[in-house]
Amino acid sequence: MNGDATFLGMPAFPANAAVAVRDSQLRYNLRKATHTIRGKRAAAVGELPDWAELRRAGKEIKDHTLRNLERYLVRMEEAVTAAGGHVHWAADAAEANRIVADLVKATGETSVVKVKSMATQEIGLNEALELEGITAYETDLAELIVQLGDDRPSHILVPAIHRNRAEIREIFRERMADWGRAAPEDLTDDPRALAEAARLHLRERFLSTRVAISGANFMIADTGTLVVLESEGNGRMCLTLPETLISVVGIEKLLPSWQDLEVFLQLLPRSSTGERMNPYTSTWTGAVEGQEFHLVLLDNGRTNVLADEIGRQALRCIRCSACLNVCPVYERAGGHAYGSVYPGPIGAILTPQLRGTASKLDASLPYASTLCGACFDACPVAIDIPEVLVHLRGKVRHARVERLGMRAAGWVFNRPARLARAQRLGGRLRRFVPGRLPGPLSAWTDTRDIPDIPPESFRDWWDRTDGGVQ
Amino acid sequence: MRVALFITCVNDTLFPGTGRAVVTLLRRLGCDVEFPRAQTCCGQMHVNTGYPEEGRRLARHFVDVFAEYDAVVAPSGSCAAMVREQYPRLARTPAAAGAPAGEGPPPGSFAAEVAETVPKVYELSEFLVDVLGVTDVGAYFPHRVTYHPTCHSLRGLHLEDRPTRLLEQVRGLELVPLPGADECCGFGGTFALKNPAISAAMCADKVHNVTTTGAEVLCAADNSCLMHIGGTLVRQRAGVRIMHLAEILAATESGDDRTVRG
Repeated sequence: MNGDATFLGMPAFPANAAVAVRDSQLRYNLRKATHTIRGKRAAAVGELPDWAELRRAGKEIKDHTLRNLERYLVRMEEAVTAAGGHVHWAADAAEANRIVADLVKATGETSVVKVKSMATQEIGLNEALELEGITAYETDLAELIVQLGDDRPSHILVPAIHRNRAEIREIFRERMADWGRAAPEDLTDDPRALAEAARLHLRERFLSTRVAISGANFMIADTGTLVVLESEGNGRMCLTLPETLISVVGIEKLLPSWQDLEVFLQLLPRSSTGERMNPYTSTWTGAVEGQEFHLVLLDNGRTNVLADEIGRQALRCIRCSACLNVCPVYERAGGHAYGSVYPGPIGAILTPQLRGTASKLDASLPYASTLCGACFDACPVAIDIPEVLVHLRGKVRHARVERLGMRAAGWVFNRPARLARAQRLGGRLRRFVPGRLPGPLSAWTDTRDIPDIPPESFRDWWDRTDGGVQ
Repeated sequence: MRVALFITCVNDTLFPGTGRAVVTLLRRLGCDVEFPRAQTCCGQMHVNTGYPEEGRRLARHFVDVFAEYDAVVAPSGSCAAMVREQYPRLARTPAAAGAPAGEGPPPGSFAAEVAETVPKVYELSEFLVDVLGVTDVGAYFPHRVTYHPTCHSLRGLHLEDRPTRLLEQVRGLELVPLPGADECCGFGGTFALKNPAISAAMCADKVHNVTTTGAEVLCAADNSCLMHIGGTLVRQRAGVRIMHLAEILAATESGDDRTVRG
């Protein structure tokens, strides 16, 4: 099994969620943050009259690229190489980590700065580098909060969404000194003061570190260009200052041409941060003078996902997080409950496909949804997440008691006479149904009453009264 | 026009009053409704819990039972959405998926039968507004009511304002908006049993929003969601009762809706 080591061995989603849902501070932080972003996104999307067409274009560009992935990957490799970069192919997390560690070691450095990147979190790169004696410093503000707090990310775009500013102040005051420049003595929880403390702390790091590691939001096959979208400018510091740049990018991040990028530069900021335009968009092609550039193309389960006719649409994902922000389950369970760097609805379909469903946690993820459909509506590349969830539910191994129950229900429903007999039995026993049901059904009556069972089913009423005529 | 009632297994077993209300309502509007006795369940629980084979068997049965009718009316947004969204997927075989575009499914195949039957299946408010062309169904219900749109009615079937247009025409009825109406109540079928903590937390927020409206009645086009919210309302002694849309639309001043109350 691949995946981030820090999430290994977690219990299944329902158990994690049951703990998280009692955490009133977490609930408050998440409700406030997701509802704020939800509103901003709705406004930014709502003001575009051609959103539906943009969305369709985004879906079709991604589908076309995925259908011709081999061709575009080769074109990307040729273009990057021609522009003075080096291209490496990694089949899985271990291979990718090995390649990156060797590249860093070849420079003689023992520390790297990192641009916020989901791919490197997916493969557990920081932990792998640590084993090789290399320290990876996160430079995205939210990732810095997570790293300083010995925490795990809980959101794709806003990894520290589960923290409020009072908690962030505590983390900065207690931990910043261990990692470099300490936080000011008189640090308050004013957002400006917190940002300034992080700026001073990180500035030293940028100026002293010679190797940077990034991911990428998009790769343009025509020219071999990589594209990173961010809001802080910290990513650009990493992309421009160091002497060696290593980018780890999933193979599904390709776009054929710059013209295709135009669609996504509209879809992504409006869906993720609710902004009309992204603040810092960095693009680079190969190596600039005096800089060495390595591109590590990562599979890590993606070609298996591509082979699944229904599941492959998950590879269209551009990691905008709109589905997380509108998800009522994510809002109450928080990101950690999903046990993956990809939480929320997209995580519930991506993680079980990338990692498989052998563990209890991964097998429980397709069920971490009411199928309410809010995620599909919000997705800028029209991933039908409920469809994939249902598809994956059909593939996981079910508990024996559930299999028996479902088989029994199927047996009853297969014959109308059996259904009628079961209804009459229920009607006769109605007075003996306890207020609290036993076994798995107690999950219902723990918080809800069961409806009164009627003495007569509709079909029996119809038969007795000839459809209400008598 | 031959109109069949697809009662749904939940209504048939637990909410027969809703079925009687549909019959009363459609007859009042001059529609003779038949009840095909062979019907059972649309298969949603099986498919959505991860048992597509059992679900496919029930889908075949559904198509066999209802193919001969001109219209099939279901008092459930969720079951109607199941038929409309998922039956074509259940009928799609790997061979059919690879078939050249523009060619329909082979005649006589399950996919062809699904393609024929599915467009004739209507959720109740769709049938009233789109097929019968009425929004004033002659109902009288002098109560304060709030309406929960339910996810599959809202995002699956896109019922939009059909149910509220019907409710607005009911004499004596005061319709009050439900805050956060488009948010899921947390039922989700077997989700309520598999993730009870989250399901209950979602329902607690829904119930809070319902009680802030001051409504006497919470109305929806889906008794399964109402069973979940209503079960919590009763447990909390909230003093709000649940009613299916059909039951409100069947009610009249003269009280000729007695069949509804059984």
